Amino acid sequence: MTPLAIAFLPLTDSAVLVSAREKGFAAERGIDLTLVRTTSWATVRDRLVFGQVQAAHMLAPLAIAVTLGLSQHPAPIAAPFKLNINGNMLVMASGFAAALDPDVIRRTADPIGSAHDFAAAIGLYHRKPVIGVVHRFSSHALMLRYWLGYAGIDADRDVTLRVLPPSLMAEALRTGEIDGFIAGEPYGSIAIADGLAEAVALGPCIWQRGVEKVLAMRRDWMEANADTVDRLLQALTAAAGWCDDPSNREELAELLARDEYVGQPAAALLPALSGRLTLRADQSAIDVPDALLFHREAAGFPWRSQALWIYSQLVRWKMVAATPDHERQAAEVFRSDIYRRALVDMGEPMPGASLKLEGAVTQPMPVGAHRGALTLGPDRFFDGAVFDPADVAGYLRSYRIGSDHG
Amino acid sequence: MRIVIIDDTGLRATVLEEGLREAGYDDIHVVPPRGAFVARLERMAPDIVLMDLGDPSRDTLEEMLVVSRALARPIAMFVDRSDETMIGAAIDAGVSAYVVDGLRKERVKPIIDLAIRRFNAFARMQAALDEATTALADRKTIDKAKSILMTSRNLTEPDAYALLRSTAMNQNRRIVDVAEALITAAGLLGGDA
Repeated sequence: MTPLAIAFLPLTDSAVLVSAREKGFAAERGIDLTLVRTTSWATVRDRLVFGQVQAAHMLAPLAIAVTLGLSQHPAPIAAPFKLNINGNMLVMASGFAAALDPDVIRRTADPIGSAHDFAAAIGLYHRKPVIGVVHRFSSHALMLRYWLGYAGIDADRDVTLRVLPPSLMAEALRTGEIDGFIAGEPYGSIAIADGLAEAVALGPCIWQRGVEKVLAMRRDWMEANADTVDRLLQALTAAAGWCDDPSNREELAELLARDEYVGQPAAALLPALSGRLTLRADQSAIDVPDALLFHREAAGFPWRSQALWIYSQLVRWKMVAATPDHERQAAEVFRSDIYRRALVDMGEPMPGASLKLEGAVTQPMPVGAHRGALTLGPDRFFDGAVFDPADVAGYLRSYRIGSDHG
Repeated sequence: MRIVIIDDTGLRATVLEEGLREAGYDDIHVVPPRGAFVARLERMAPDIVLMDLGDPSRDTLEEMLVVSRALARPIAMFVDRSDETMIGAAIDAGVSAYVVDGLRKERVKPIIDLAIRRFNAFARMQAALDEATTALADRKTIDKAKSILMTSRNLTEPDAYALLRSTAMNQNRRIVDVAEALITAAGLLGGDA
C-alpha cells in the first residue's frame, strides 16, 4: 500500500475524496489514503507547498494564484483532476434581499434581471453592502464579480468583499457584520435553513458548468510519482462515479456528516447532493439538477480553457498582469495530459481536445471523444458571452467593468 | 520588536506569551480573531504576527495583508523559505508566522523557534488534560456499571469487575463501552441506574 495524505476543507465537495477513502476505491488501487481536515485555505496551501501532504482539495483559482506567486511565494502547482463542477450559492440577509424580486424562484432563475435589481438595491441600501467570500482566489468570488460586473457594479468599488471562513459566516450574518455571502455548500443551505438569509443567485445560473475544486499537487512531486498519481486518479474517478449515483446519496450524506469530515447534519448536505435546493426557509425545495456534478460529462477533465478563463478573470480584476508568460503558466496548471494518461485504460470517455470554447454549449451536445460516448451539458454564462481561449485579450476588451478598459 | 499573537482560546496564547516574556520580549499583544480584529491589528503595526495554523481566520488575516494600506510593507509567512526544517517543524507544531519583510533572519528565528516549542508544549498539556478527563469519566461509568451488577446479580465488587472485563474481552470492546451499554440497558429495564 502506498501511503498518501490529502488535505481538505469541510465542504460538500470534499465528497469524492471522502468516498475514495471510506468506500475503498483508494485501497482497491493500493493507496492508503489519509484525509487531513483543515480549516483555512491558507493552511491547505501551506501543507501542500511545504510537503506535509501530497495532494489537496483546492479552489481552482488558488491553484493558479499559488503557481503565479500572487500574494505569496510562487510554487508550481499541477491540477490533473477536477473534484467537482458547481456547488455555490449567493445568499443575502432579508434586509437587503427585500429590495430584490420577492419571488425567490423567479429571482434565481433570472440572473440578468437580478443583477440589475442588485445594483438598484445597493443604491437603496443605507451603506455599502458587505458580502462575505471565503477567499480572494475562490471560484465563487470570481463568479460574484462577474455577475455584479454585468450590471455595472465594480466589486472593488461598489460593495465591500470580506474574507471570512465559512464556519463564521452565519455568526457574522447574525451580528450584521456582513449582509450576505457566497460560499460552497453546505453553508448557503445552512444559513437559509436557520432563517438568516435567502438565496439570491445560484452558481449554475451564473455559469452553468462552473469550475470549482481541483485536486492539486506540487508539480515536481507529481512528475516523480507517476504510478501513484495514476492510481489515485483512477480511484477518484471511481469514487466520483459512486458520488454521482442517486442511489448512494443518503449514504454519502451520512459519510460527509461525520465530525472528521464536514461535521454538519446530513440534512444540510443533501440539498446540493440531490439537486433539491431550498431558496428561502418558508418555501419548499426546487429542482436544480446541476447543483453539483462529480462525474457525468467527464466532470473531472481539467480543460485548459477553463484554467485560461480563470486567468482572464484574474487579469480583469487586476490581480495579475496580462503577460504571455503568466498566460502560459496559468494554462499549464490544468494537466489534461496526466488525466488522459491515468484514465486511458479505465474506459472513461476521453475528450478529443484539451481546449474548448467556454460558454458555447446551449443544449446537451455529443462531442468528439477518443473512446466511449461523451455528451457535454450546457455550459453557458448567464450573459451569453463565449470565451475563446485563443483570444483572452479580445474577450477582456468586451467588458466595461474591470481590466484597463473600465 | 512588537509581537501580536492572534488566538481565540486564551490558554495557548498565555503559554506562548509567558515564554516570550521570559525570553526578554516585552511588546506582546494578544488579539482574538473576532469582529474587526483586522483593523485592530493594523493600528498595532506589528513586526511579527503569530497564529495557530488551525485557526480558520487565517484567510481573513492573509486577505488583510494583501489589501492593507496601513501595513504598507509586504509580510511573508516565514522569513526564509530555504529553511525547510524549521518550516516543517512549525507546520507540525501548528505555528503560522507572518513577518514584516526586511526583518533580519537572526532576529526572527528565535521567536519562531520559541513559538514552536511552546505550541508543542501546549499540545502535550492539552493531550494530558484530555486523557485525565477521559480517565475520570471512564472510571465513573465503570463504577456505576459495577454497582448495577452488584445489586442485580448479587456479586462482589471484584466479581462484578471481572464479569465486565471478560465480556469486553469476548466481544472485543473496551470495558467502558460495555459498562455504558449496561447502564443504558438497566435504564431501559427500569433498574436503579
